[in-house]
Amino acid sequence: MRGKLTLSDGTVFLGESFGSEVNASGEVVFNTGMVGYPESLTDPSYFGQILVLTYPLIGNYGVPEKKFWESKKIQVKGLIIQNYIDTPSHFESERTLSDWLKAEGIPALYGVDTRALTIKLREHGVMLGQLRIDNGQLTSKTQISNVKSQMSNEIYDPNAENVLPFVSTEEIEVFDPPAGRGKKNVVVIDCGDKENIIRSLLRRGVEVTKVPWDFNPLAADFKYNGVFVSNGPGDPKMAKETIANVKKVLAKNIPTFGICLGSQILCLAAGGNTYKLKFGHRGQNQPVLNKETNQAIITSQNHGFAVDMKSLSGDWKEWFINLNDGTNEGIKHKDKPFLAVQFHPEANPGPFDAGYLFDEYVKLL
Amino acid sequence: MNKIRADALKKVLVLGSGALKIGEAGEFDYSGSQALKALKEEGIKTVLVNPNIATIQTSKELADKIYFLPVNPYFVEQVIKKEKPDGIFLSFGGQTALNCGLALDKLRVFKKYGIKVLGTPVKSIEITEDRELFAKELNKIGVKVPKGSFATTVDAALKIGENLGYPLLLRSGFSLGGLGSGVVNSKEELIKVASNALHNAPQIAIEEYLKHWKEIEYEVVRDQVGNKITVCNMENLDPLGVHTGESIVVAPSQTLNNYQYHMLRRLALQVIEHLGIVGECNIQYALNPENNDYRVIEVNARLSRSSALASKATGYPLAYVAAKIGLGHNLPDLKNTVTLSTSAFFEPALDYIVIKIPRWDLQKFVGAKQQIGSEMKSVGEVMAIGRSFPEVLQKAIRMLETNQDGLLSNGIDDTKLLPTTQRIFVIAQRFAKGENVEDIYEATGIDPWFLYQIKEVVEFENQLPNQKLTQDVVLRAKKLGFSDKILAEAFKTQEDEIRKFRKKWGITPKVKHIDTLAAEYPAKTNYLYLTYHGEESEEIRDSSIVNSLTKNEQRKAIVLGSGPYRIGSSVEFDWCCVTCAQTLREKGLETIIINCNPETVSTDYDITDKLYFEQLTFERVSDIYDIESSKGQQDVSLVLGFGGQTPNNLALRAYKAGYKILGTSPVDIDRAEDRHKFSDLLDKLKIDQAPWQSLKTVDEALSFAKKIGYPVLIRPSYVLSGSAMNVAYSSADLKKNLKTAKAISSEYPVVLSKFVEGAKEIEVDGVSQKGELLIYAISEHVENAGVHSGDATMVLPPQRLYLETVRKIKSATRKIIKELNISGPFNIQFLAKENKIMVIELNLRASRSFPFVSKVTGKNFVDLATKVMLGEEISGIFKTLDLDYVAVKAPQFSFNRIKGADPRLRVEMSSTGEVACFGDDLAEAYLKALMSTGFKLPKKGIFLSIGGKKNKLDMLINAKKLAGLGFKIYATEHTHEFLKESGIKNTRVYKISEKKQPSVLNILTSGKVDLAINISEGGSPEGETAGYIIRRNCIDLGIALVTNLQSAELLVSAMTSKKLEDLEIKSWDEYVS
Repeated sequence: MRGKLTLSDGTVFLGESFGSEVNASGEVVFNTGMVGYPESLTDPSYFGQILVLTYPLIGNYGVPEKKFWESKKIQVKGLIIQNYIDTPSHFESERTLSDWLKAEGIPALYGVDTRALTIKLREHGVMLGQLRIDNGQLTSKTQISNVKSQMSNEIYDPNAENVLPFVSTEEIEVFDPPAGRGKKNVVVIDCGDKENIIRSLLRRGVEVTKVPWDFNPLAADFKYNGVFVSNGPGDPKMAKETIANVKKVLAKNIPTFGICLGSQILCLAAGGNTYKLKFGHRGQNQPVLNKETNQAIITSQNHGFAVDMKSLSGDWKEWFINLNDGTNEGIKHKDKPFLAVQFHPEANPGPFDAGYLFDEYVKLL
Repeated sequence: MNKIRADALKKVLVLGSGALKIGEAGEFDYSGSQALKALKEEGIKTVLVNPNIATIQTSKELADKIYFLPVNPYFVEQVIKKEKPDGIFLSFGGQTALNCGLALDKLRVFKKYGIKVLGTPVKSIEITEDRELFAKELNKIGVKVPKGSFATTVDAALKIGENLGYPLLLRSGFSLGGLGSGVVNSKEELIKVASNALHNAPQIAIEEYLKHWKEIEYEVVRDQVGNKITVCNMENLDPLGVHTGESIVVAPSQTLNNYQYHMLRRLALQVIEHLGIVGECNIQYALNPENNDYRVIEVNARLSRSSALASKATGYPLAYVAAKIGLGHNLPDLKNTVTLSTSAFFEPALDYIVIKIPRWDLQKFVGAKQQIGSEMKSVGEVMAIGRSFPEVLQKAIRMLETNQDGLLSNGIDDTKLLPTTQRIFVIAQRFAKGENVEDIYEATGIDPWFLYQIKEVVEFENQLPNQKLTQDVVLRAKKLGFSDKILAEAFKTQEDEIRKFRKKWGITPKVKHIDTLAAEYPAKTNYLYLTYHGEESEEIRDSSIVNSLTKNEQRKAIVLGSGPYRIGSSVEFDWCCVTCAQTLREKGLETIIINCNPETVSTDYDITDKLYFEQLTFERVSDIYDIESSKGQQDVSLVLGFGGQTPNNLALRAYKAGYKILGTSPVDIDRAEDRHKFSDLLDKLKIDQAPWQSLKTVDEALSFAKKIGYPVLIRPSYVLSGSAMNVAYSSADLKKNLKTAKAISSEYPVVLSKFVEGAKEIEVDGVSQKGELLIYAISEHVENAGVHSGDATMVLPPQRLYLETVRKIKSATRKIIKELNISGPFNIQFLAKENKIMVIELNLRASRSFPFVSKVTGKNFVDLATKVMLGEEISGIFKTLDLDYVAVKAPQFSFNRIKGADPRLRVEMSSTGEVACFGDDLAEAYLKALMSTGFKLPKKGIFLSIGGKKNKLDMLINAKKLAGLGFKIYATEHTHEFLKESGIKNTRVYKISEKKQPSVLNILTSGKVDLAINISEGGSPEGETAGYIIRRNCIDLGIALVTNLQSAELLVSAMTSKKLEDLEIKSWDEYVS
């Protein structure tokens, strides 16, 4: 079965289907990580997106059991790769990537020139795209005309609506650290959080109460010591309720930590502004500099929006910056316990270098 | 910690790695060159000690002062005394430089002269070099190392063995390339291996044997304030137990998941932080395939073969960045040299896969086994880049230049699944016979991931003959890495036809960039590869340099590199290619290099306007030629004359395909390369040659040999792997030779020629301009003919040639180049005996000795040749014969690496590298050169075993000199008698077969002998076993060995006339201005 990916500018990429034989649409983004496709595919931040992996061999180590995933299901709308490996080899592998995608109803293409596609996205900026699986006469690109008008109505744009309800927990969940009940409790506002954020907090002896995206911590009927705003998909400005709730949390001087979307929400709650990056940062090799210590670390990233540092008041300082393009990678309040990073200290996928930030946050509780 | 600031340094000493040897090869020319470049950018004066004259780093442009002297504590201290540098780099010259640095530190030389060791502190290096200390340090931070312990005696080793149980792994400390390491299966084996290893090293490690564990490496960079990154990880296809230099390696790792990749990455950062590495290092792991258990095997606190590979695999200039860090820069302040916009503090994201396959030349060694293990035996490597494993695997196989085009039909009939140099082909054969992945995994420990992919390729190839030639089949074949040649064979057509078919249907490889960031940011460089996994070729940026220089014309030149380093072709050709490329760029041509060897400087992406890291096959060169000439009216030429024989072999085919080739016409190249045509040409010019004939049967061979008289030189067809040149002294000898090698048939004729005994060998390297001699250099071999020219010691200018001989050689040379209308480089080898000369062969390309003659005469032969090839008219007289100094080029052997190999010099080349040194006379230059290859001047006793009456007579005067110098002399039976009769006091030793004391072995192991001279008589099979035992033991025991009479004579006379202190410490520019 063949398939095609059509970008909103009309460019078409053809490939072979190896996932579910359904159509999909979404924002087309690329990730440059060389490992970690099970983690990425289950990362809720990819909700509404068609993911292009730049590493050309995917499927090598199959798919592990659910406890290793970052959420309960595959979150991407579709997957685009160069070469698919259907003969995985790994002691943790339970099935092939293709079987998994089919079971979860996610379409996927291989045999696509992912490098050409990535360059396209880099030069043009991310685009919406449509993934169609059919065995029709998809032999030549030139046959497709007026794609733009054809697809404009049916294409899904995850930045055009508030997508948090699709990825957030519906009810409050409580997690105990491995060594029994923790002394401190953190409220995690789940905007589509990765499992490893919860694991990272629990590992540090903290009890976690995961709440829905629109939960107001000030209205909680339980005690807690800090608030955490998780990563998640979409345009942060769409998460109006979350921004309003975080604003209230900050007003109470409650220790607050944000990651990725959480950082953007913190910025918006503090009266700052966010903007969309041309093609975002998605990979495991993003260098950031801690401006307090002048130490640089390598981080895992997955974001399309960024904090506009200039928009924040003088009470905030720039904590981290990206060494490649100078964009903001973290903010910190000058005297209050508010901090946020744009990258992913919880890794999975990616390096653990920033894991110490969880320790810093826990100390503030 | 006291921080270093670059502006505090004025002069820095860089130590090179000396000659290329197994375990230490061209990668250190790359790393040293990068270090020198980094220093130059800072405006720091540089002093380089490196006797390897064939390297790029020993070129004028890179270092301010170059000393062609041994990299050992004595000479380096002398250089320090003279130059007074304020800093030193130890980590760019391999284990040689590192060991020398550690010794100098121990002697407190750095302290004495106030020299700062730049980069990783000596203390940290010492920890990484001492296995016991290393294990202790890692235990401190809870990082696992293999279970085991250390022994300084065999008894202690046995005790450890008892505790751990067999099988075990034995390793020795302070070793390059894992010398003296191996898997030990029993107590008996342990006794044997341990006693052997303890001869070479004071201490050995005995460890748990982690059977079938994966071997993974990370390249790590850390700056002095603790910013750190891992630049690349690599996975060995071969499991633990096969040395990483012998393994097929892929980058990035293929079978590790996110957790494993980042667990090992985190450990790497933790370990180097603890060790306090400043600069670059490499960390090797074993990883259990059944769970996530790991061990840290070792850390190399220096640039290594792996770091060169990682640099080329990722585009991250590891050596350059390491040097900058050593000078006090921090990673976040440095820029990514590919994008020129992003930070050097990042980890490259690859959007391709890279494979490295080692190149072996074991057939060049008599008595070597094909099995591979924990010791390194390979002499070079290739790297292939692509977007699927099958694609890179098959590309790399062709890059090896071993006449293997794919996985099957390579004439491999061995089906034992041992780790051998041919294992990958054996596995393919087994798959072709229907074996399954599980069984092969059990037998080999190669991860099923790789095996499945190999199986896919084999199955496709097996099915090919049943398929029809369709677009789909061809495209799929190309994506799996098949060559047009294999497709042509399968479809019973010609390679050309497949090419035409492909082009007709648009099935062509696409150009992709290596940009370090997987297309996230645009690359400003043109580091390119070709793949069939792509729809579009990327836009190739024009070089700014070209645009500024060539306003009116668009001329391009594609220089073909030399491919993998191997015996007979190594760094000297890289120097030639790089030098040629520099001249071409100076002349305003857009310059392109194609090469596939990660150990080279020519594959640095800033050497040329474009680098294609690609195969040197005709198919791929044509693909690139097509791509480069496709844009408009561009004038594209190929340059084939500087990469050795590999590109030269393409000349006629490229010419017939209509490609433009710079320099001598390929038709004339063919007249020189084709033995018959060349022979006719010499006859026509009335220049003598040894009688020869090409023969198809043993009977023909015997009758021809009888006619010309023995000894005869036998040259089998080159297409047969395992065939080697040999000399036969009798008909029995000849029969045996042709039979054992199965080397003669109508398809593969053998060339027999008269072997002239007692003749001198002379080489002329030169550049000819439209058939006129422009410049030449005459070098004389120390050894008489019979030693391969690559193994010979060369003297320039010649010291012992008759003027008449020189005149005749010049005259013959002029006639030949005129006849062939040569425009470009050439090399002619002559025999001279009693003022008569004969031509051995002519090469219409730059030869192995071009860097030597260029650097010794101070005239750049490659630069001149390139200009001539471009059509520039050059005039002038170049003085190359009457020089005020002497230079000697000496071969470097690696026999200690090849277990069981007979180290006697023969007609087949076996040296792996070379050095050259200058002196005010022959004796001085020779001693320096010899010491540069690791030779130590003897202090105690000398062992003599001289076969044959004439040899004995010739050696008599030398033996007298040796006795006169106060050496104690030991000799075997006949030599003993002969010396005694001549009044030279000596002690008789007994051959093993005589079963008497003191035996040869007693004396050699006693430590009383530090030089052995063993001259065997040509063609005498008797006593050969005895001779072999002497020679092999010398190698295994590290005793200096001389097996050639002329070398022995020169050595003795040099030792008589010069002492160590007499050897001048003079830089290159003090000899050659």
